[in-house]
Amino acid sequence: MIIKNKAIVDDDWIVLRLSASDTPEGVAVPSGKTIVPLKVWQAQRAALQHRADLGVWLASNERAEDLQNDLGKFAVIAVDFPRFADGRGYSIAYHLRARLGYRGELRAIGDVLRDQMFYMQRVGFDAFAPRADKDMHEALKGLSDFSLSYQASVDDKLPLFRRVQRGGEL
Amino acid sequence: MYRYDPFDHQIIAERVAQFRDQVRRRLSGELTEDEFRIMRLQNGLYMQIHAYMLRIAVPYGLLSAAQMRMFASIARKYDRGYGHFTTRQNIQFNWINLQDAPVILDDLATVEMHANQTSGNCIRNITSDEFAGVAQDEIADPRPYAELLRQWSTFHPEFGYLPRKFKFAITGAAQDRVAIAVHDIGLAVVKNAQGEIGFRVLVGGGLGRTPIIGSEICAFVPWQHIITYAESIVRVYNEYGRRDNIYKARIKILVKALGIEEFKRQVEADWQFTKDGPCTITVEELNRVAACFSAPAYQPLPKSDAEVAAYRRDNKAFSNWMQRNVKPHKVPGYAAVLLSLKKTGIAPGDATAEQMDAAAELAERFSFGELRITHMQNLVLADVKQSDLITLWQAAKELDMDTPNIGLLTDIICCPGGDFCTLANARSIPLARAINERFDDLDFQHEIGEIELNISGCINACGHHHVGHIGILGVDKDGEEWYQVSIGGAQGNAASLGKVIGRSFTFAQIPEVIARLLQVYVRERFEGERFIDTVRRIGHDPFKDTVYATPVADDEGLQTPDYALLEKGVPYDMPYYSPRF
Repeated sequence: MIIKNKAIVDDDWIVLRLSASDTPEGVAVPSGKTIVPLKVWQAQRAALQHRADLGVWLASNERAEDLQNDLGKFAVIAVDFPRFADGRGYSIAYHLRARLGYRGELRAIGDVLRDQMFYMQRVGFDAFAPRADKDMHEALKGLSDFSLSYQASVDDKLPLFRRVQRGGEL
Repeated sequence: MYRYDPFDHQIIAERVAQFRDQVRRRLSGELTEDEFRIMRLQNGLYMQIHAYMLRIAVPYGLLSAAQMRMFASIARKYDRGYGHFTTRQNIQFNWINLQDAPVILDDLATVEMHANQTSGNCIRNITSDEFAGVAQDEIADPRPYAELLRQWSTFHPEFGYLPRKFKFAITGAAQDRVAIAVHDIGLAVVKNAQGEIGFRVLVGGGLGRTPIIGSEICAFVPWQHIITYAESIVRVYNEYGRRDNIYKARIKILVKALGIEEFKRQVEADWQFTKDGPCTITVEELNRVAACFSAPAYQPLPKSDAEVAAYRRDNKAFSNWMQRNVKPHKVPGYAAVLLSLKKTGIAPGDATAEQMDAAAELAERFSFGELRITHMQNLVLADVKQSDLITLWQAAKELDMDTPNIGLLTDIICCPGGDFCTLANARSIPLARAINERFDDLDFQHEIGEIELNISGCINACGHHHVGHIGILGVDKDGEEWYQVSIGGAQGNAASLGKVIGRSFTFAQIPEVIARLLQVYVRERFEGERFIDTVRRIGHDPFKDTVYATPVADDEGLQTPDYALLEKGVPYDMPYYSPRF
């Protein structure tokens, strides 16, 4: 189960993570819906590029720009949060959406917790795989912590002062 | 001052509701302390030695009488009757229960205040000039821009989990009173050849473990673009700032590693995507915010007041106060007045609930109902009629806020130190007190003239010791508190970092060390030369030679704690010298 478009839905994607002994070139990518690390995509591109059931995930120290010419090849792009306090994933998402124009599913994976999900949603995530020990229904509530925001981001393209009549009624 | 519209109220109400629920989940065990910690920090709540500490934001240091009264109310209801004004122009309460924090935030929201982002690895409260709007050397009032930046940075979804904290300071005056050179981003209003307003932008300054003076990234960013430009700086930092080592995670380390030219290139490459886009500030929005800071209804008054001048000739105490605590104002017949929170025996920056209420009343009687907090930890009434100065001085005397020591030796910047803070290596409040007692003689202080003495209880430098003319840093040596002394630091237009004079001293030696530094100054100074200028002219050696020439005796009556007697982990049984215990 994951949260997608503000609802809890079934999910059968597998996230491939390399173990210490795996190499991006050598690791076997399972058949079926698989989200592979960026490095695996780069190393095994020829074999993977015609698969329809392929996703890719970026680590927090990787760049959205590395996918610049490949955005159409994936059914899902995920961004990994190694720790919830690592905020690089927010800028990665922003770049994918606002700069590179990615419109497909953008999924937060890793240390994904309720209290960070509102900001994640704002920068363009539309799917969330909350940490396994957390309650999915509780996590869903995190998406509606605020009804208003001051700044522009991926969700609201305009800052508040261009969205509403400041000083006027809500 | 800025007044919330219904949108501001709604956002703050939703934030308090969010935090209330987070506290509930923490208390029920749904959230671990590790998960909760970052959320409570972003709501201003620290865990200190004795209790939670709540740091409430005072945006750019400006507050109303009603807001000051709310601080007094919080001090009485939820704390121990006092609060501590900080070098970021905020206020801290030291004895807070976790369960009370959401209630306090509710109370604050009723007077349009909050504790958002006063801690944590996010964009912190933006500091500004305590004389904004009234200074004679002002190019443009920085507060509308500070407020626009406050709104932009509040709950910015991309920048809630930066590598480390991020501090802005903004000045609109020719003379920098906000230490822009030691901030992550320092902004100074400038006018270009066409007379248009923009900002000189400094980046990568800071104190702490690696003190660095900021570098100029752009000489002129037009005001319309300041949000998008700042956003690009913070974005590059969020992406590339180090996260592997907390001591190397501030933007100053990134700027240093890349070099300012390469950093600027990356920022401006990012900025090309947003420049002239929807986040460009509109004239309409600037005008809406700026209207909140329009000048109050000043009366036409003579340039100076004859009665005040006469009283000043006859009354030395009043004259001292006029000289130190009263500053010029751009409008004839008005003055800006500092209420000193640096009376000997009081922790620097502390005010009681009674003083807060009384200061609020003084603001209403004499200064259009507004106050400011300075980063030197004093209060300002910015718009006082000169003809009211005698009455105001007498009222300030009643409140123990009349000490005529602004800018003098006992106007010490001081962090909470080992009495409260879990990070501290040494106590700083009792040391400030010991120094103040040794040099309490006002004639002596006036004779020494302008000098800044700053004390930090640890390397994090909340007491800005690097930029003190004399800086004192608490260090830990095998579990004992020692103090390193530096000289030659300065804030302002000619900012510089102090240099350590030599091996460190015990608590009880420090007053004598200060005395020796001052002896050298008095011996060597030219007429009218400030301490810092003498240090710059003659260098460190004469000071060093005198301080270390003979053994430094302990100051009488000061005890160095007997560390051997202390049980491990209970440092607060040590012989107390703090005024509050």
